[in-house]
Amino acid sequence: MAVARRNPLLTLGKYAAILFYLSFALFPLYWLLKISITPDQLIYTEGTALWPTDATLENFGKVIWQTDFLRFFWNSLIVSLAAAAITTVIAAGAGYAFSRFRFPGQKLVIALMLLTQMFPLLMIIAPIYKIVAMLGLLNSLSSLILVYTAFNIPFATFLMQSFFDGIPKDLEDAAMMDGCTRFQALRKVILPLTLPGLGATLGFIFTAAWSEVLFALMLIRSEDSMTFPVGMLTFVSKFSVDWGQMMAAGVLALIPSCLFFIFIQRYLVQGLTSGAVKG
Amino acid sequence: MTQVSTAPGATRAHQRFVWSHVIEPYLYLTPALVLIALVMLIPLVVGVSYSFQSIMLLKPGQAEWVALDNYVALWSDTKFWISLENTLVWTFGSLFFQFTLGLGLALLLNTQFPLKRLFQAIVFLPWAVPTFLTALTWAWLFNPVIGPLPHWLAAIGVLPEPFNILGDPDLAIWGPIAANIWFGVPFFAITLLAALQSIPSELYEAAEIDGASAWQSFTKITLPFLAPMIAITVMLRTIWIANFADLIFIMTGGGPANSTQILSTYIFTTAFKKLDFGYASTLAVALLFLLFVYAVVLLALRRRFVRL
Amino acid sequence: MARLDLVGIEKRFGGVEVLRDVNLSIADGEFIVLVGPSGCGKSTLLRMIAGLEDISAGEFQIDGQRMNEVPPRDRDIAMVFQSYALYPHMDVARNMGFSMEIRGAEASARASRVAAAARTLGLDKLTARLPRALSGGQRQRVAMGRAIVREPRAFLFDEPLSNLDAALRVEMRLEIARLHQRLKATMVYVTHDQVEALTLADRIVVLNGGIVQQVGTPLDLYQTPANRFVAQFIGSPTMNILGVSRTDSGVRLANGAEIALPGLSGPVAELGIRPEHLDLADPATAPLTGTADVVEHLGSDTNVYVQVDGVGPLMVRQHGHVPLRAGDRLGLVLQPGQTHAFTADGRTVRA
Repeated sequence: MAVARRNPLLTLGKYAAILFYLSFALFPLYWLLKISITPDQLIYTEGTALWPTDATLENFGKVIWQTDFLRFFWNSLIVSLAAAAITTVIAAGAGYAFSRFRFPGQKLVIALMLLTQMFPLLMIIAPIYKIVAMLGLLNSLSSLILVYTAFNIPFATFLMQSFFDGIPKDLEDAAMMDGCTRFQALRKVILPLTLPGLGATLGFIFTAAWSEVLFALMLIRSEDSMTFPVGMLTFVSKFSVDWGQMMAAGVLALIPSCLFFIFIQRYLVQGLTSGAVKG
Repeated sequence: MTQVSTAPGATRAHQRFVWSHVIEPYLYLTPALVLIALVMLIPLVVGVSYSFQSIMLLKPGQAEWVALDNYVALWSDTKFWISLENTLVWTFGSLFFQFTLGLGLALLLNTQFPLKRLFQAIVFLPWAVPTFLTALTWAWLFNPVIGPLPHWLAAIGVLPEPFNILGDPDLAIWGPIAANIWFGVPFFAITLLAALQSIPSELYEAAEIDGASAWQSFTKITLPFLAPMIAITVMLRTIWIANFADLIFIMTGGGPANSTQILSTYIFTTAFKKLDFGYASTLAVALLFLLFVYAVVLLALRRRFVRL
Repeated sequence: MARLDLVGIEKRFGGVEVLRDVNLSIADGEFIVLVGPSGCGKSTLLRMIAGLEDISAGEFQIDGQRMNEVPPRDRDIAMVFQSYALYPHMDVARNMGFSMEIRGAEASARASRVAAAARTLGLDKLTARLPRALSGGQRQRVAMGRAIVREPRAFLFDEPLSNLDAALRVEMRLEIARLHQRLKATMVYVTHDQVEALTLADRIVVLNGGIVQQVGTPLDLYQTPANRFVAQFIGSPTMNILGVSRTDSGVRLANGAEIALPGLSGPVAELGIRPEHLDLADPATAPLTGTADVVEHLGSDTNVYVQVDGVGPLMVRQHGHVPLRAGDRLGLVLQPGQTHAFTADGRTVRA
């Protein structure tokens, strides 16, 4: 609004607001980083000070080499990447169908997908546990991959649909006139143009899978196949005073999310408005 | 003159129609539908059926139909009523601040200032932080040993002395709410910003020519334009927050003395710790019912007050 | 090269009838233009020929073979889209050669055909560019090049020039005319612009409301329109229409003036006269008198909007410059034999 430029008081207020939002967003993360690089012996004397007088990477070394976090990290990476990749492929197909076809039952399918976005996922935590247990898949990463994939398909489908909708139908028509089957047109013309959308979808699902904790807690109880959140919560309850190490682990957990966040930043609006799902 | 070929062509035409209007779209949809049905819809039905059974994994072999016993137990379960009350505080406490701060941020991002893109990236970052990490970080911030918050709160006189509010039954709920606000502001800011940017700038120019003040522009143009978006976003978020158990479960586990127990954490602990699947499902059905009623009421209100 | 036959073609979307009973035989090498106002079904008809829309009823044939169920890729027809529909991620050469690539043609054959097409269209220096680095006119050429490279049985054009500015449109129109002369290919061209239709077509198909109004050469349509819609749609400026009453020997205008229409039988409700078929005359003796309302001096022509006493507004086009001004009194005469008589429901009444 042009008004801010004219009124010095409003300008001042605006920059105060900018400063407020910046510190509100960054402070908790800064604190995480600060404690993680504070040497153990200083934690109790200056735990609450704004700056550490000394810094060390020792906590990171310990977390990486002396605990199971590296394995948790690896497990989470496998689960999240696999869920994201499978979801994206499947959702690309479904999103394409919504975008390009008018078919009988379409409204019903859309309604079902919306329904899955509204009901409490906790409703199915017990049945899922029993089914997974029956299949003998408790403590396996594949059960988590399957569950995360299904949970994220509706959202990813709506997101992919919005990307497909942005690609003119003429291009497919032209490709089909040029001799392509519909699938060839999809593969050679539409998908290459949807690459950013596929990447964004991948990013959204990765972030969602990376931070999921309740189903992971329920389905994974053995140390070997714990994902990062489960491993970290177990660690916290066991060694609740190893502040430096816990926060170093936290910083590690933040890294993949931040990387993907930088990548999907441009698509946040599209992502949040097409499915309005992951908080 | 040309002849129209008859029956065989018509059959082929029908086959092609069926192929391109029924079979082909479902080929693209099937994997998604199968997974959703297997992992979500069937378990959903099974889950509802659990609420009429007694299924406790700790006492195996005792799964049996108990009709409405679980619901009767629910009615007289004081913990359920406490959770319900806490759910309201948690949901609307979070929602109010998330919305207010989110709207402020969206209005701010709708103006121009140096380094705006970087600013935007930073303030949206909390959205990408994994929820378990958000929960742990805020739990630590409230810890007087390593967190500054109790000391600050004591310094400004909110707390008599720096103690951990997560351990105080009267205040504990505000710990997860604070974390939830931090985590949820970007969501509102992003969606509202998108709505703001869709308002044609000519409207503001016309209003300015007509002599409207900034405040008048805001109340006469901005708010009416945002209203439909606000209505739908608030409704979806209410449902989402009410279902959102992660923060509370990790930060307080529902304690102390159930003072932070909301319905969704109650469901999770009943299933996860007690392995009482029957009662957990009953609680879940109750939550689903309440959310449904809420959605219906809100949609009716919206139809009444917001012109689309 | 191919002959196209449309036999009783119909199109319905749900319950809505978009095209009704379209019958048309397009000869090998003929340039057909489908013209009509927006929403008349002309683009739908073209897309049905292409295979991009299902045919609800009737039959479409190429060289006598039923095509209704043949998918677009097997019809061997090329299409130039209004949006050009160039593949944004492929350079010009690959865009033009894509159809051959899909059909598995050898790279060398592809390259030489693409190079030849690029040369004829003046795109030689641009073959390595992506579509977004091209101007509107260049994109249009690439779209045409993509069609040419295929050497298809027929070419379809869907309003190909409507995204270009006026000067470029004239230039590309010529280019398409030359292309047709050189390739002697069957072409079907959709436009809402009657100038394009009149300049390019061997025959024009006028569509309105999903019904074919008239099929004929440009001159046919201009001289003997089948009905009032065609009469008003073809020709610029638009034909004037006057309400008339029937007399024994002709018709009477609202101001009482009588016009003889020898040999005409049956009822007549309206009389059409093109602006170029009205002449200025001495107000004292002319059958129609009026006041110039607006005068447009175009240099080559002068358009006069006349408020005719007792009749209403009429438009007159005079060749060359006529020194008239708004407010001038003038008289009008109708050129004999240039009027068109219509019944109340718009059909042409012929002598």
